[in-house]
Amino acid sequence: MKILVTAKRVEDPESKIKVKPDGSGIVQEGLKYKINPFDEIGVEEGLRLVAKHQGEVVVVSIGGKEVQEQLRHALAMGAHRAVWVNHTGPLDQLGIAGLLQKVVEKEKPDMVILGKQSIDDDQNQVGQYLAEFLGWGQATFASKVESLESEQEKNKVPALVVGADGKTVRVVREVDNGLATLECQLPAIVTTDLRLNQPRYASLPGIMKAKSKPIEELTPAKLGVDVTPAIQVLKMSAPPARKAGIKVADVPALVEKLHNEAKVV
Amino acid sequence: MPIVLIIAEQQPDGHLRKATFNAIGAGKQLADKAGGELHVALVGKDPGKVADELKGYGAKAVHVGAAPELEHYLAETYAPALATLAQELKADYVGMASTAQGKDLMPRLAARLRAAMATDVMAFNGGGADVTFSRPMWAGNVFAEVKLTTPVKVFTLRATEFTAAQGGQGAAEVKTFTPKVEASKTKFVDFKEVKSARPELTEARVVVSGGRGTKGDFKEIEALADELGAAVGASRAVCDAGWVPNDLQVGQTGKVVAPALYIAAGISGAIQHLAGMKSSKTIVAINKDPEAPIFQVADYGIVADLFKVLPELRAELGKLK
Ligand SMILES: Cc1cc2nc3c(=O)[nH]c(=O)nc-3n(C[C@@H](O)[C@H](O)[C@H](O)COP(=O)(O)OP(=O)(O)OC[C@H]3O[C@@H](n4cnc5c(N)ncnc54)[C@H](O)[C@@H]3O)c2cc1C
Ligand SMILES: Cc1cc2nc3c(=O)[nH]c(=O)nc-3n(C[C@H](O)[C@H](O)[C@H](O)COP(=O)(O)OP(=O)(O)OC[C@H]3O[C@@H](n4cnc5c(N)ncnc54)[C@H](O)[C@@H]3O)c2cc1C
Repeated sequence: MKILVTAKRVEDPESKIKVKPDGSGIVQEGLKYKINPFDEIGVEEGLRLVAKHQGEVVVVSIGGKEVQEQLRHALAMGAHRAVWVNHTGPLDQLGIAGLLQKVVEKEKPDMVILGKQSIDDDQNQVGQYLAEFLGWGQATFASKVESLESEQEKNKVPALVVGADGKTVRVVREVDNGLATLECQLPAIVTTDLRLNQPRYASLPGIMKAKSKPIEELTPAKLGVDVTPAIQVLKMSAPPARKAGIKVADVPALVEKLHNEAKVV
Repeated sequence: MPIVLIIAEQQPDGHLRKATFNAIGAGKQLADKAGGELHVALVGKDPGKVADELKGYGAKAVHVGAAPELEHYLAETYAPALATLAQELKADYVGMASTAQGKDLMPRLAARLRAAMATDVMAFNGGGADVTFSRPMWAGNVFAEVKLTTPVKVFTLRATEFTAAQGGQGAAEVKTFTPKVEASKTKFVDFKEVKSARPELTEARVVVSGGRGTKGDFKEIEALADELGAAVGASRAVCDAGWVPNDLQVGQTGKVVAPALYIAAGISGAIQHLAGMKSSKTIVAINKDPEAPIFQVADYGIVADLFKVLPELRAELGKLK
């Protein structure tokens, strides 16, 4: 199986995000960057699938030269090779999915695994756009029935179940009020949710090996995609702050406040 | 005249999802701002039965498309069915509530319409042809004002930010249309519902949430929820451990709630959790650690063991009756 996994560079989820006073963006100083956590889950699932079914995991990222760090991270986890679409400047979903479509047409994977959302822009769109552009089936918010504390998880069993004939994949999805199961014909698009797996750490030998793994460089021009964005971020602002409240001494004091002051009970 | 099309959602049991009415309320706001007209669409195997329920909410027309292939929701079959309707109506704006279905479907529909899309829209600004969308980024640490420059603009709506449309606003015309049916490469296998007698998390007036501090023992959380007629919520840590169903996760990557009262017990208050509950009217935090960040957003905090506080709170509340 050939699995293509996307890897976006995002701010570390632990970082404190502040808006610049002029509203043109966020303060970059002091920020650390990581692979989008959902994409790391995607890399892990890809690795488990090829451990079971053979094949290779190809990781792709779009961005300036700094995104090579995230590609190296995925390679250190065990991905086999990387594709870097070199582009600086804003992109929207139409642009990103357009570029990924060309990469997919070139690589012809059996499955593309993306994160359900980037934790910076929080759009939750790219996988679905890509599925439509390719005319493929989609299974978003992939999860599993077993918990992250289960035996299956400890044994790194892939949660995505490929059919015996290798032509389909079964995906359990996190949806409102429960879990839905879909069966997609391959090739298909899968987007990851948090409970799909617990990604492995990159080992020291993994990190060493990653240094010599190939990263192929492409550009929007080479791929023939116009990436002029159709989304303009006009202004950013800090959300209205919530006033810190008070600490109450005991439960009767709390109930008194809730009843007489907040009037919610 | 600009046309705003809002997609209604049926739950697996056939009922309309409540967030649909918040989305219709939002659609009405947008139509007023843009100087346009509101339309509502509903597709499915046999949506006619509930379509009538959508009549009195201020839309010009309710468009109903039925086809046997649309029995189970799939983005692949719903997107073409709705795209042809949007094209026939020449819709300028196409929106839906940010439910799991909305998030799955709308980007695929947008791609088909070659439209740019804004997720989790909280407000519309400007007017006429220059309506802009306000939406959260970075777990709600940033509010962005965005403009979509494609002819058709697609969005999902954060239901907690829009009041539900009220009924009794005249009767919209119910029009049937024949949805475009395309073969799907995906098959619905099953849906395992997490049944609960408690109110739905995103719709409840009161939510009682537990975190890792519960160590997986949710008995007291549930008992308090039942005393208050509340929904139960959880932090990611709790869902990851498999202690409660995944769809109870509140936060950036889970559900967004804004109840009148949110009680967080044994939850530290990570930014990703706050992103899903910060708009609650009143927040109560119960935590052993006086430095826990949850206290920074709580109206009332108690520094104590949740296993002592919760039963006592339940007993005290019982006395109010
Ligand atoms: C300061 C700032 C300004 C911006 N200004 C603009 C602007 O003017 N115009 C504009 O159109 N956009 C702008 N953007 C947003 C844009 O760059 C988004 O990253 C893009 O629209 C994709 O959205 P998303 O990451 O939320 O996608 P999502 O749909 O949330 O991402 C889902 C998945 O898609 C994949 N993916 C997404 N992006 C990449 C990538 N680059 N490489 C590899 N995989 C990826 C990942 O697997 C990810 O998990 C701006 C962003 C920032 C931070
Ligand atoms: C990509 C990504 C997405 C995420 N999305 C979400 C999301 O949507 N929702 C979400 O919630 N999290 C999310 N998280 C996780 C988040 O960062 C935190 O790790 C998580 O919210 C912590 O859960 P918690 O507060 O229950 O646990 P902890 O942070 O471990 O806090 C437990 C708290 O319980 C207190 N405590 C312990 N025992 C007791 C007791 N007996 N009585 C009272 N208090 C006690 C402790 O003092 C502590 O403050 C996400 C993280 C990432 C990286």
